Amino acid sequence: MAFEFQFQPVLAQSDVLLDGLYLTLELAGTGIVLGGLLGTLLAVLRGVVPALRWPIGVYVEVVRNTPFLVQLFIVYLGLPEAGLRMSAEQAAVLTMTLNLGAYATEIVRAGLDSVHKSQIEAGLSLALTRWQVFRHVVLGPALARVWPSLSSQFVLMLLSSSVFSFISVQELSGAASNVEQDTFRSFETYIVITVLYLAMAMALRVILALLGRVMFAAPVRAR
Amino acid sequence: MIREFGTSELWFVVSSARWTLALTLIALALGGVLGFVIALLRVSRLAPLRWLAAGWIGLVQGVPVLMLLFLSYYGLSLAGLDLPPLVAAGISLSFYASGFLGEIWRGCIQSVPWQQWEASAALALSRAQQYRYVVLPQAVRIAVPPTVGFIVQLVKNTSIVSIIGVVELARAGHLVNNATFQPMRVFCVVALVYFCICWPISLAARWLERRMHVGRAG
Repeated sequence: MAFEFQFQPVLAQSDVLLDGLYLTLELAGTGIVLGGLLGTLLAVLRGVVPALRWPIGVYVEVVRNTPFLVQLFIVYLGLPEAGLRMSAEQAAVLTMTLNLGAYATEIVRAGLDSVHKSQIEAGLSLALTRWQVFRHVVLGPALARVWPSLSSQFVLMLLSSSVFSFISVQELSGAASNVEQDTFRSFETYIVITVLYLAMAMALRVILALLGRVMFAAPVRAR
Repeated sequence: MIREFGTSELWFVVSSARWTLALTLIALALGGVLGFVIALLRVSRLAPLRWLAAGWIGLVQGVPVLMLLFLSYYGLSLAGLDLPPLVAAGISLSFYASGFLGEIWRGCIQSVPWQQWEASAALALSRAQQYRYVVLPQAVRIAVPPTVGFIVQLVKNTSIVSIIGVVELARAGHLVNNATFQPMRVFCVVALVYFCICWPISLAARWLERRMHVGRAG
């Protein structure tokens, strides 16, 4: 007997799916902004305060060499044991921030390293203040250079948010398992969800590319 | 009765790492073969084949691993294949690996200077011979560091298949946690085991990359 696709029961639950979609965007959006900021901050601190180089390095290595899912379990299940209680959504955003922060630190660090010393000297000799040199000669061009790498990391983060369903967050994947249980149309449900993720990932790529153009409008060339 | 997180629980978690490693190897082997085909299609002279490969890469890279897992799990069972979870997990991770490895290796093939193609064409080598004797030997050298780096991603993403009941590291941690209610201790041990697997691979990738750049500069 051939399998007949029945999408109607799944699409009838579009309000559940849209709620999930909205929560995914909200969580991923918050995580991406906070994680990006944390990464930039740590990458800069690492360069400015030599004493922090080692602890930040350990943080980056630990996060980058353990699965996101296990980090999520440690934050959501482990931290309450240490007296730090939070909702599943808060745990999700915290884990995402810590995870993305580590990757972003590494990416932004590479950008900062690529700024040549002579650029800074040139900036200072033009009587720019140290802050101005940092802002316009070091950080701006560094971020512009690594923006494509950061963007791919952001998209990966958006997709990773699907594991939040493991701790019963009702984001898109969580909503999917609800719809699946209501309709018994597993395959159709996951096809619809896959299309939604694909659309979100593509939209985020376009938005980030446009954002990059606006933010780094100055003609900066790599190397 | 609530159990303590003792030696036997610790051993259960640590020994379940073998399934994490098995899944990684399966995905690397199958995904590697498929990824190699994708990479070749991606640089094919026939546009439809290039689009096909690009579509596959775009799909795999634009969708969570979790969705690849569910789609292959339910899709394969609808196709009449009643697969044990371990096999379904291996297949979905292979799809995942093929999308990323295909794109990595495409870059490696294309980074071989085009003069190499011209020179070998001028020597009347066929397309297959050009690949076999001229382009691939050079591309493989370039491909090693990023491929080793990707293995780390692969090891970490095997944790996601715990949801369909494959008792690998993450699932083992979950089971032990349900019996002991000591999540902090349990999942820190799980994280440590992952770290012990992934960190050496990360270091190797970095070392290979540095060594290659030194070789190039010289």
